[in-house]
Amino acid sequence: MTHLLAARWLFGMSLAFHIVFAAIGVAMPLLMVIAELRWRRTGEPAALELSRRWAKGVAVLFAVGAVSGTVISFELGLLWPRFMAFAGPIIGMPFSLEGFAFFAEAIFLGIFLYGRDRVSPRLHLASGILVAVAGAASAFFVTLANAWMNHPAGFQLLAGQAGEIDPVAAMFPAGWGEQVLHVLISSYAATAFAVAGIHAFHLRRTPGDPFHRTALATVLPVAMAAALLQPISGDLSARRIAVTQPVKLAALEGHFKTQRRAPLRVGGFPDVATGTTPGAIELPAGLSLLAFHDPDAEVRGLEDFPRERWPDPLKVHLAFEVMVALGSGLAALSLTAGVLWWRRRSLPTQPALLRALTWAAPAGFLALEAGWLVTEWGRQPFVVWGVLRTADAVTPVGGLEVPLVTFAVLYVFLALVTATVLRRMIRQTSAAGRSARGWSP
Amino acid sequence: MNLQLAVGATALLALVAYALSGGADLGGGIWDLLASGPRKREQRALVEQAIGPIWEANHVWLILVVTVLFTGFPPAFAAISTTLFVPLTVLLVGIVLRGAAFTFRAYDEGGVAVERRWGLIFSMSSVLAPLMLGAIVGALSSGRLRLGPAGEPLGGSMAWLSWFSAATGLLATALFAFLAAVYLTVEARGELLEDFRRRAIAAGVATFLAAATAAGLSWRESPLVFEGLTARAWSLPLHAVTGMAAVGAFWALVTRRFVLARFLAAAQATLIVLGWGASQYPYLLVPDVTLASAAAPPRTLALLLGALGLGALTLIPSLWLLFRVFKRRARVADPHG
Repeated sequence: MTHLLAARWLFGMSLAFHIVFAAIGVAMPLLMVIAELRWRRTGEPAALELSRRWAKGVAVLFAVGAVSGTVISFELGLLWPRFMAFAGPIIGMPFSLEGFAFFAEAIFLGIFLYGRDRVSPRLHLASGILVAVAGAASAFFVTLANAWMNHPAGFQLLAGQAGEIDPVAAMFPAGWGEQVLHVLISSYAATAFAVAGIHAFHLRRTPGDPFHRTALATVLPVAMAAALLQPISGDLSARRIAVTQPVKLAALEGHFKTQRRAPLRVGGFPDVATGTTPGAIELPAGLSLLAFHDPDAEVRGLEDFPRERWPDPLKVHLAFEVMVALGSGLAALSLTAGVLWWRRRSLPTQPALLRALTWAAPAGFLALEAGWLVTEWGRQPFVVWGVLRTADAVTPVGGLEVPLVTFAVLYVFLALVTATVLRRMIRQTSAAGRSARGWSP
Repeated sequence: MNLQLAVGATALLALVAYALSGGADLGGGIWDLLASGPRKREQRALVEQAIGPIWEANHVWLILVVTVLFTGFPPAFAAISTTLFVPLTVLLVGIVLRGAAFTFRAYDEGGVAVERRWGLIFSMSSVLAPLMLGAIVGALSSGRLRLGPAGEPLGGSMAWLSWFSAATGLLATALFAFLAAVYLTVEARGELLEDFRRRAIAAGVATFLAAATAAGLSWRESPLVFEGLTARAWSLPLHAVTGMAAVGAFWALVTRRFVLARFLAAAQATLIVLGWGASQYPYLLVPDVTLASAAAPPRTLALLLGALGLGALTLIPSLWLLFRVFKRRARVADPHG
């Protein structure tokens, strides 16, 4: 394994791990607050229990997210010191602001989790709301930094050095809005579908259980709304990328030749050697329509750009297809659930739907990971698009295999333990719920 | 110059805040490891109860230090990350294991054996992290960390390790343990209070010994710190005040003025960190990286300061609320408070 590859694996692994907990940290507080509000409105005991149980889950997941996020902030320097030396003065500010958002999240989560009996109900609820807001703010600031890496702004390049730095302009590069929106919705969709899947699974085993019914009724609307909004946000993102990052668009669509009435390729395997994407189903003029909302629009292909600026279209295209397929699947499932809900006028609990929701539990997170890979692989070979190559940003410190293996072991261990702890918690929930309520049908 | 100094001072203050809060949480973990006697379980339970609601917020100070450093002094962040790669990586492992194990112990419903295993990981990593943190801070001023022309670390990846950095590692560990024990005397009652009072006095002695060792070693290994300790205009008054705080903390512990002891112990820790910062001035990484050589452009520094100010406006009342909610009861009940 080359030095650069070891660094990319280590950082990629750290982010792939952290991003799950980061997304949960954004979305789970919202669900927690909705459950709390539901309890206050309806007085259902199940809703109160739900708020408490979800809060316990959040406590575990947030802690893992906090420590894995710390790893990222240090690894930025440990692995990419030249990137940070270059980018720090330009884009460091959103990271500092994110630090404050994280402060607020940690503080009010502490109050929400441990302070139920110590503070007034109003302050307790306000704390929960602040956690949800601060979580979204963290994601907002971090995504701004990523948007800048995709479309650097706010400085002039003079002999390889950044001059005339304007951190405010750098914070809001073209496309920041689309990317922030896409990331936020993906966090809500991924988390809500994972939670819905867990409760759907238990509802199938204990039909009618009030706890899991309430849980599903609380989380499903969030999941559905996010999954149905995400294609719209995806369309906005794609149209933006068509203008600001045309190479990335070409790579993710497996599009080699510049042409009008460019087809949309579904599936297929982009082949750099032949400049084609065999195995793809081609929808005539589809790409022109999607990227520019005009069937006759010209879409630039990879051939338009120097070869040394291409990302690997095979990886980018496949990751993109996975993301779109999963996202479309979740949107279709949401639509189905919505129709069933509307027809029954109450929470749909048909076994087939519950089974589908159970299977869909990991789909949102897989889509989120795939989407993250699209944006990161799609920016290669640059870490700051067009300005700084990833290979030039890597640390000169050798022997990265050691931390790579160490952290790989650590993450596998943490993932397994987190899953075990949550499973035990959920099992306790089911057992405690049944015995405490002693529900009679 | 003033902008650079202001941002540098902010980073140092954030480090002080981390030592006083996050450091004490690590110290709590040390007392979990060293729990002993008939009230072993109660000692651990008190530590858990004391740090449970606040450790994540306290931990953010460290992240703030990192972000201020890489925004305000990016080349220094790069140089520090490169030359201190090994201890920083070990620190990260410690931070991850500490936080994860603490949380798993509290929430894993897998029984006593599982709980004990998490407790061990939590407490061991609570020792590892301050050892590394102290060694990193000591190594920064040792003058041994230098970069070659291609930005590569000269002297290999273990250049940070010396008798001096080992001593500062021990100093940080003892200091955090001292802070934790003193804080816990305010929250404990009865016999448990006596346990932590004894521990605080022992840790105070250990802190003094580690500080004396580090100071002695600095004469040979870290001339700049030694000069700061002895030869600058502010040296003597600073040490006089630090010493007074230390002696005062002992006196307060002996005479059972625990709230006062907490204040004086915090003052002592603050002065130790500030004293290190002052003797290190104007270097971020001795001898090649200074505040001036590493500073981001003035516009970035000014905006960063503005962002930090705005952040502080939201942060300070929030932190005040957090500590009021979780630390108030103990204070009201204290006869000396």
